[in-house]
Amino acid sequence: MPTLVKRLAAALIIVLLLIAMNQYMSEAGLFGFGVPPYYARLIVLAGINVILAVSLNLITGFTGQFSIGHAGFMAVGAYSSAYLTVYYAQTWEHSLAGMLGATLAHILIFLLAILVGSIVAALAGLIVGIPSLRLRGDYLAIVTLGFAEIIRIVILNIDKVGGATGFTVPGYTNFLWVGAFVVITIVIVYNIVHSDVGRALVSIREDELAAEAMGINTTRYKVLAFVISSALAGMAGVLFGHYTSFLSTNDFQFIRSFEIIIMIVLGGMGSLTGAVLGAIIITFLPELLRTLGPRLESLLSSIIGANNIPASVHTFLIQLANYRLVIFAALLILIMLTRPQGILGTREFSLSWLKRARRRPEGDKPVGESGVSIAEQGPPSAIDHTKEVENR
Amino acid sequence: MDTFVQQLINGLTIGAIYALIALGYTMVYGILRLINFAHGDIYMVGAFVGYFLSFQLGFAAGPSLVGLSVVLVGSMIAAALVGMAIERFAYRPIRKYARMTTLITAIGVSLLIENLFVAKLGAAPRAFPQLLREQSYTLFGNAAISKSQILIFAVSVLLTLLLQWVIFKTKVGTAMRAVSFNLNSAKLMGINTDFIISFTFALGSALAAAAGVLTAQYNPQIDPLMGIITGLKAFVAAVLGGIGNIPGAVLGGLLIGIAETFVVGYGQNVGVPTTFRDAVAFAILILVLLFRPTGLLGSTVQEKV
Repeated sequence: MPTLVKRLAAALIIVLLLIAMNQYMSEAGLFGFGVPPYYARLIVLAGINVILAVSLNLITGFTGQFSIGHAGFMAVGAYSSAYLTVYYAQTWEHSLAGMLGATLAHILIFLLAILVGSIVAALAGLIVGIPSLRLRGDYLAIVTLGFAEIIRIVILNIDKVGGATGFTVPGYTNFLWVGAFVVITIVIVYNIVHSDVGRALVSIREDELAAEAMGINTTRYKVLAFVISSALAGMAGVLFGHYTSFLSTNDFQFIRSFEIIIMIVLGGMGSLTGAVLGAIIITFLPELLRTLGPRLESLLSSIIGANNIPASVHTFLIQLANYRLVIFAALLILIMLTRPQGILGTREFSLSWLKRARRRPEGDKPVGESGVSIAEQGPPSAIDHTKEVENR
Repeated sequence: MDTFVQQLINGLTIGAIYALIALGYTMVYGILRLINFAHGDIYMVGAFVGYFLSFQLGFAAGPSLVGLSVVLVGSMIAAALVGMAIERFAYRPIRKYARMTTLITAIGVSLLIENLFVAKLGAAPRAFPQLLREQSYTLFGNAAISKSQILIFAVSVLLTLLLQWVIFKTKVGTAMRAVSFNLNSAKLMGINTDFIISFTFALGSALAAAAGVLTAQYNPQIDPLMGIITGLKAFVAAVLGGIGNIPGAVLGGLLIGIAETFVVGYGQNVGVPTTFRDAVAFAILILVLLFRPTGLLGSTVQEKV
């Protein structure tokens, strides 16, 4: 089957799946089955976190530039698009609805909002990126953090977008939107990473000086990665703002940037699937810990009987919910102590693992300077193949 | 003119607090190249240890200089132990791993301390008992300086001088400088690097705890999340001065303290709202780093292939 047909078929399947999932997660449900709103909300937030983690992974995981200002770009996207939807969208949508019908008009307007959010965030990324990418390592990190805080405080002082009281935004986002943009983000980042640009980015991560010596315009590629990454973060911000229907600058404090960093480090830096995994874990883990106490108690009572549980154990389990964030932090430290390269390292999760695991045992692989295996970067792209052929 | 002197005094007070905390950041960074994000929380722990000590030992009943000294020293010792424990159990096992891993661990430790305190003590602010009879002295006409401000200046100058003495005049200080120069070479020269790193954490944590108790005298409200923003600004101060550089940390702290107070005091005259108080530290940092990428007093490191 030609590649194009294969891809179209895959796209069609994904779209159908998303629509089915969207129906499943809506209040109506699918064929009588549905997800409680609490879980539906968590799944949507996990999707937004996946976009954030995958986009940050492009700049931090693949290019090796340490940025902790992602929440700032998210805020830029969220607020700029919200400004559009709150002040202009309704009149535009009304006039468009006459020509195209209400549904299509709505979709177009929200697409426009997402586009505007991404572009403004990309511009912010460019403005922040050009000066700060002269800096390296921890200095870059602290400057990106500083920019994000400055962005947040500037937004806090704009009365048009609510200032300190918060900003009420129409709730346009549903699972379908988030799911679609998760897929789009992953496809974009996957394609970048598996192109010549991606090779350049990875070479900058492995050794910036050597990359420059090989003729790679490191500044250009770093700024490029930074801008794409912030545009995607802005997109996530648009989706987030129009999902929660309420924007407050407290949602974009530096702890949010830390959270995104934690996701990609937990999943494995420089691994796309790792970022997805990390985002999902970090979204669900604190919520799972919330119900840990009652769950343990019901387990215990089914083993030894409800009346035999000592009172001290009972109170301990009741109080466990208060300590969920403590347990979360302790787990985070524990994971870093036992698996410092993250869950997946730089490997990608794929079904071919099962096949390979049978064929050969774990062997020694060449390791780059940062302790990252170069051989594990996935198959070389088609472009590299043609270059090799030309060279012969 | 009077208000200017007054603003300067207030700015220097806050700056001295930032400087004390920044010293801990800069020492740990100088030795391990680790941004110890939990350091701001050590400052909070110091304040809380001081709070409980003053109640347990009965000093909360009335102001006394003895009580203040005991509480100050006690919380410094306790924080030093906490700092050493964090280093031993969280940072030492991951010392040789990638920078990102150590950073996430530091964030994890910070979250752990904050959430533990919130879960145990609640997030509501508590009033720190007054250990110093508050009194104001007039300076240059209308400017006033309070007793707690004098205390902050005196203690921070004393501690900074003490730190200089430890680092430059003692054997352990020489070892600290050797370790920060090159950890592996220092180890080869027979220096017990584990002990030196532990000692560095103890010193830095003690200074942060002192800052915590002193702030609580100046502004008697403490809560488990008070270390987040203050710690972050102190870290910015350390980077501003040139991270790893002791005089730089003090300079950076004082600069940021003064800048913040001036934004609150004079910002409105030039159209800068007082809420920019928290942004000014970052703005200065970015401007300085653009022209001096290693901070005000940091030395430029030539990268070699």
